[in-house]
Amino acid sequence: MIEAVGLSKRYGPKTAVHDLSFTVRPGVVTGFLGPNGAGKSTTMRMLLGLDTPSSGHATLNGRRYADHAAPLREVGAMLEARAVHTGRSAFNHLLALAATHGIPRRRVEEVIDLVGLRQVARKRAGGFSLGMGQRLGIASALLGDPATLILDEPVNGLDPEGILWIRNLLKSLATEGRTVLVSSHLMSEMALTAEHLIVIGRGRLIADTSVEEFTLQASSGKVHVRTPDAARLGKLLRELPGVEVAAEDGENVLEVSGAECEQIGRLAAEHGLVLFELTPQQASLEEAFMELTKDAVEYEATVTPTTSAEEVAA
Amino acid sequence: MSTVTATVISTKAGEGRVTLPRVVHSEWIKFRSLRSSYITLAVTFALTVGFGALFCWATVNRWDHLPADERAHFTPVEHSLRGYFLAQMAIGVLGVLVVTGEYSTGMIRASLSAVPKRLPVLWAKTAVFGAITWVVATVSCLIAFFLGQAILAGKHLDTTLSAPGVLRVVLGMGLYLTAVGLLAVGIGTLIRNTAGGIAAVFGTLLVLPLLAEALPSSWQDDIVPYLPSNAGQAVATLHQGPHDLAPWTGLGVLGLYVLAALIGAAAVLKRRDA
Repeated sequence: MIEAVGLSKRYGPKTAVHDLSFTVRPGVVTGFLGPNGAGKSTTMRMLLGLDTPSSGHATLNGRRYADHAAPLREVGAMLEARAVHTGRSAFNHLLALAATHGIPRRRVEEVIDLVGLRQVARKRAGGFSLGMGQRLGIASALLGDPATLILDEPVNGLDPEGILWIRNLLKSLATEGRTVLVSSHLMSEMALTAEHLIVIGRGRLIADTSVEEFTLQASSGKVHVRTPDAARLGKLLRELPGVEVAAEDGENVLEVSGAECEQIGRLAAEHGLVLFELTPQQASLEEAFMELTKDAVEYEATVTPTTSAEEVAA
Repeated sequence: MSTVTATVISTKAGEGRVTLPRVVHSEWIKFRSLRSSYITLAVTFALTVGFGALFCWATVNRWDHLPADERAHFTPVEHSLRGYFLAQMAIGVLGVLVVTGEYSTGMIRASLSAVPKRLPVLWAKTAVFGAITWVVATVSCLIAFFLGQAILAGKHLDTTLSAPGVLRVVLGMGLYLTAVGLLAVGIGTLIRNTAGGIAAVFGTLLVLPLLAEALPSSWQDDIVPYLPSNAGQAVATLHQGPHDLAPWTGLGVLGLYVLAALIGAAAVLKRRDA
């Protein structure tokens, strides 16, 4: 369980994270989404006490991270995979981290096998590919067998096989009842992995909702219609109040907004028009995300004149 | 690299919490698992012993042609330890690297995530690096001393550990080099950048005494003996000059500089974002 309460981070006049509150529950994978510079990594560093919040606080499993007697056993984190001394082997890196908590050597061997780094475990981490570095980061996070996992862009640099592996790993960790927070800018990946989403833009909370609701909320409400009588149907639809129709010349396709499928179907039947296809357009998670973060930017721009000078600079 | 299936994680991680001895153990693993540690310690040993032997050999070789005044001021114990001047640079670099190596690679975030109270990391680094430096420096000085005296014996110029002050000089040099290493750990933590840290350590040890020579001579006597390197070297000087600090007072003054650097380091480590 992760709870952020009014987290803010200011760097001089610039606000990186503004009054961010959210709860990450155990048992599901929670995606942490936002465009570059939205404040995802800063937020994650504040969760772990690496950065001190300007105001607000965060608790993990009921306590601030630094107040845990054995933090690695409570929270496993991978922030920017390259938190490894390039001159040290993967094995010694994990062994040194394990030593701080008295975690036995066999657990180190175990996580090395778990992430599939056995063959390169004794090699210098500086020579690792991006994908191997990610696996080492995940191994560090799993070292203490923690109830809560915080992973910053774990699929970055992984090959398709690795991505599939991460996806299954995250899901199985959540199924075991752990809290899993995963940041990503890959919406499509989150659609496959996460059940819940926390979306931020410009350091502010945009959405805290299930993946399903998120797509629904942001769906365009458009209906895709394919008919040999496109011209006639288009004319009839345009006569309805609040309905807009976009047609492509020479195609039998109409994009209708402001009308439900049922309405369009009945109208076609009344006038004896043939329909080949009548499909509500679901926004993809990607589109939904773009739509919502775009709004956030506009909202920010209109609201700034009435807020403090500090926020204008942000 | 082809583990596709997700494996259910077992609970073999044990029960323990973070303790200072465990953090010390962790820092020991970190130190011993880097090649640069061994290289730098070997360089420290080679410089101390090698240059000590070289200077002693040169003296024996040219003794008959030396002016009387130079012969009168010859102190065999100091002569055999003269390699310290270069060895302190190797130790200073390693002391800085112990900390800045973590910042430049990002390792520091892993270290501070494992030990979020942060200060145990600094104390453990100080303890591990201090102990290792002390052992290596003291052993190097003892070997340089015995080898140097063996060479000086060719002209019957040698001295022994039981002669007045000699043991204090040899062991004192090991302590001086250890203090230099700890000063470097403190400065490395304050500056966080390898090049800047090394420049600051060398500036403090080597450049400050040169700069002070530009001061009016009446001020020099009040300032020069209290500079970190001059103060610390008093313990490794057999016969103190008129303005030198007493041996243990001098080492104590250097110790205060080290303490100040480490307290400053602790304050910024605790406060700054990692």
